[in-house]
Amino acid sequence: MSALTRVTAEIRSELGDERVITDRQRLRTYECDGLAQYKVVPGLVVLAHDVDDVVTAVRACARHRVPFVARGSGTGLSGGALPHADGVLIVMSQMRAIRQLDTANHRAVVEPGVINLQLTGATSEDGYYFAPDPSSQTVCSIGGNVAENSGGAHCLKYGFTTNHVTGVDLVTPGGELVELGGKAPDPPGYDLLGALVGSEGTLGIVTSVTVRLTRLPQEVRTILAGFRTVDEAGAATSAIISAGVVPAAIEMMDALAIEAAEEAVHCGYPDGAGAVLVVELDGHAADVADEFDAVVRHCEAAGAFEVRVAADDAERALIWKGRKSAFAAVGRISPDYIVQDGVIPRTALSQVLQQIAELSEQRGVRVANVFHAGDGNLHPLVLFDDAEEGAAERAEDVAGGILELCIAGGGSITGEHGVGSDKAKYMPAMFSQDDLDTMQAVRCALDPDSVFNPGKVFPTPRLCGERPGRRQGAHPLTEAGVAEVV
Amino acid sequence: MGPIHADGAPPATAPDLAVLARSLEGAGEVREAETSDTVDGVPAAAVARPTSIPAMSALLRTATAHGLVTVPRGGGTALNWGAPPERVDLILDTTGVNRLVDHEAGDLVAVAEAGLPLHELQERVAGTNQELLTDPPPERVAAGSTIGGLLATAPSGPRRLERLAVRDLVLGATLVLADGTVAASGGKVVKNVAGYDLAKLVTGSLGTLGIVARAAFRLHPVRPARAVVIRRGRLEDLTRLARETVAAQFVPAAVEIDRPAGRDDATLAVLLEGTEEAVAARAAEAAALIGGERVEDLPSWWARMPGADMLAKATATLTGVADLVRTARAAEQRHGAAIAVRGSAAGVLHLGITAPDGPSAAAAVETLRSAAPTPRDGTVTVVAAPREFRDTLDVWGPVAGLGLMRRIKERLDPGRNLSPGRFVGGI
Repeated sequence: MSALTRVTAEIRSELGDERVITDRQRLRTYECDGLAQYKVVPGLVVLAHDVDDVVTAVRACARHRVPFVARGSGTGLSGGALPHADGVLIVMSQMRAIRQLDTANHRAVVEPGVINLQLTGATSEDGYYFAPDPSSQTVCSIGGNVAENSGGAHCLKYGFTTNHVTGVDLVTPGGELVELGGKAPDPPGYDLLGALVGSEGTLGIVTSVTVRLTRLPQEVRTILAGFRTVDEAGAATSAIISAGVVPAAIEMMDALAIEAAEEAVHCGYPDGAGAVLVVELDGHAADVADEFDAVVRHCEAAGAFEVRVAADDAERALIWKGRKSAFAAVGRISPDYIVQDGVIPRTALSQVLQQIAELSEQRGVRVANVFHAGDGNLHPLVLFDDAEEGAAERAEDVAGGILELCIAGGGSITGEHGVGSDKAKYMPAMFSQDDLDTMQAVRCALDPDSVFNPGKVFPTPRLCGERPGRRQGAHPLTEAGVAEVV
Repeated sequence: MGPIHADGAPPATAPDLAVLARSLEGAGEVREAETSDTVDGVPAAAVARPTSIPAMSALLRTATAHGLVTVPRGGGTALNWGAPPERVDLILDTTGVNRLVDHEAGDLVAVAEAGLPLHELQERVAGTNQELLTDPPPERVAAGSTIGGLLATAPSGPRRLERLAVRDLVLGATLVLADGTVAASGGKVVKNVAGYDLAKLVTGSLGTLGIVARAAFRLHPVRPARAVVIRRGRLEDLTRLARETVAAQFVPAAVEIDRPAGRDDATLAVLLEGTEEAVAARAAEAAALIGGERVEDLPSWWARMPGADMLAKATATLTGVADLVRTARAAEQRHGAAIAVRGSAAGVLHLGITAPDGPSAAAAVETLRSAAPTPRDGTVTVVAAPREFRDTLDVWGPVAGLGLMRRIKERLDPGRNLSPGRFVGGI
């Protein structure tokens, strides 16, 4: 009898048939997450309804050293929830109760399957919201946000998930239940929450999350500015930031992305724009008024030929619709596309965009650019037609080349989508073996048998028994003359 | 404080200075410790001051290979924070590794080496009208507190209310582990989710996981104008007003409460930052809400630790702040202690505790812990205490996840060569 068979029998006997899936056809539903190019049918799916289900499943896996993976809504874009063929997929989406809305303390306690936007929906009447707003917020789960340290358009001002989680109930890879943090800030001891949030489901499964609720701003103003070129839009972004204004969001789209969005949702962006900026200001009315004047001035000085302000919520929604639908909209102008996620220092924006354009032209692969300009987070959309011989490989090549440009520019291989299965191979370009071994040492502390979400984040698994060997030579980034390593 | 041996602590191992000096290969120096080279009263045997990160790594590798216990020291302004180390063979003085590595103004990011004094960093970035928004105690900054010390001790300051804490501003860190391994995590961009965020893990770890060699921080633009609104009054009124201020839409940068020991009244101070005009409007709203008045300057106690025999840090929920302050009053009356309370209405406050003896101090701390219904709603940890109080004190209180913390320590510093005994659970 295989280890998985034993695990299946044990879990089934405790949870009953309804909470486990063994039928091959139904298992297929879970073969991939939001990054559909990787597919693995899981050996077993457990639909967790409560913390006991999670503990039972995890302990069974730990006992038999069977790999397991946690999954929320399955919207991740890096294959972080890609199942293991001989392992168990623990699906958390049934745990979707908002346990407590404690607006007096600016906190909510939620189960991990609660949908991001539902929490905001539940608190906005009281004047609060959950600040992290990934584009998938209508469907992604808060447990998934914790795993990925999700950001969103508004994290420029308000921070990422890691800045908004103050406590969790954690089931460790060994099946222990540990309560970390709570409603009060700064729990004593090592900042385990800091290490956990963004660990992509490799350090434990959260069964309850305490998050900060943010006060709704008194005023929100959304500005749409059309420019002839991305360079002009980039210059406007730099000028706004340099002037000391920290908008809630600054988003940029280039001509190809605009074209796609227009075709899909008719968002009415300025005609003939080579780039648009969406700038959102929020806060106290007096600050917003001052900042608004500054933003308009800087946009016009940088060459904006049209600056439009959303007059009401409907107009604001339309401006954002163009931006938020950009990924899907690209499907209108290209049969297939890769969504890339890379980060560069904001000051390198112009240079890196130029390099991406050159790369695109050299390889004959179209690239549409959508990005969070305020924090240098690029989402180039690499377009291709899979029916065409070798096109997918060329696109993959260009997408990889873009990451190399990000690293060379002093940035990162991922700003919000995570490393997952997809980018583990790029980790050695950003981190030395010692860096990665040290991260893995932390992983080994919590998961000595390497059973939790194996194969993700790190390019090579490390046996936790071994001590990292000393290595000679320079850090890969230093060697490449890129930068001093931080 | 004089060099007194901790009870039962093993004496320092006499390090071979020549071997340590050789490991530096000219990048720094090693000397015998002087009587002033102590860590919370524990005397050191030697002091090394490397001047580069490779030298720091080679030194630590050599020291650990020789079984030495090393404690890092930056400006030395918080060596009495945490528990005293079990012993100190070598103080690794980080002040020789002190470059501002990178400050690209347009990116609002600074990368600095551990030994760079905070005030120097602030002066250098102030030229571009930016600041590292952490508000550590000004007395520490004036005494030369460093970047490494900032991360290792993670002080909590007033403006965390709006801009969050040190752990939220650190973007990446390079650590030197006990075996000399130089390990980086994070990066120098604001948005980055590649790999584990070890910079947060090491923030506040008091030198027990690795020695910070370099760190990258998010900076903020200095806002052109600020206003301070002050109200004095009865404790209960002020804690309620503080809570309402935190929930207001006029976006306070900080809401601080200062209640001197033994008093039933306190001061509430609200800081507003922004453009001149906006600040004036918001200050008027704040003044109306709390019934206070706008004043020119921040109060003299702003961001300072309350002076007393003993310093503790208390956390609370927003509503729990009132319970904490009320409990402090009760603890004073019950245990003959004097307890000054000062800190953020966001729920992180410092307590200056003066007590007649150790048992009263310990009892006062226990009473303060009872302010929160559970440790998830608030904790009290003793930051610094005189040696004669320590035996009776539970310095840390309950620590959730201590088992996991021990395992992480075991993986990163298996020989307990870094600052043993300084942290939670005797880590």
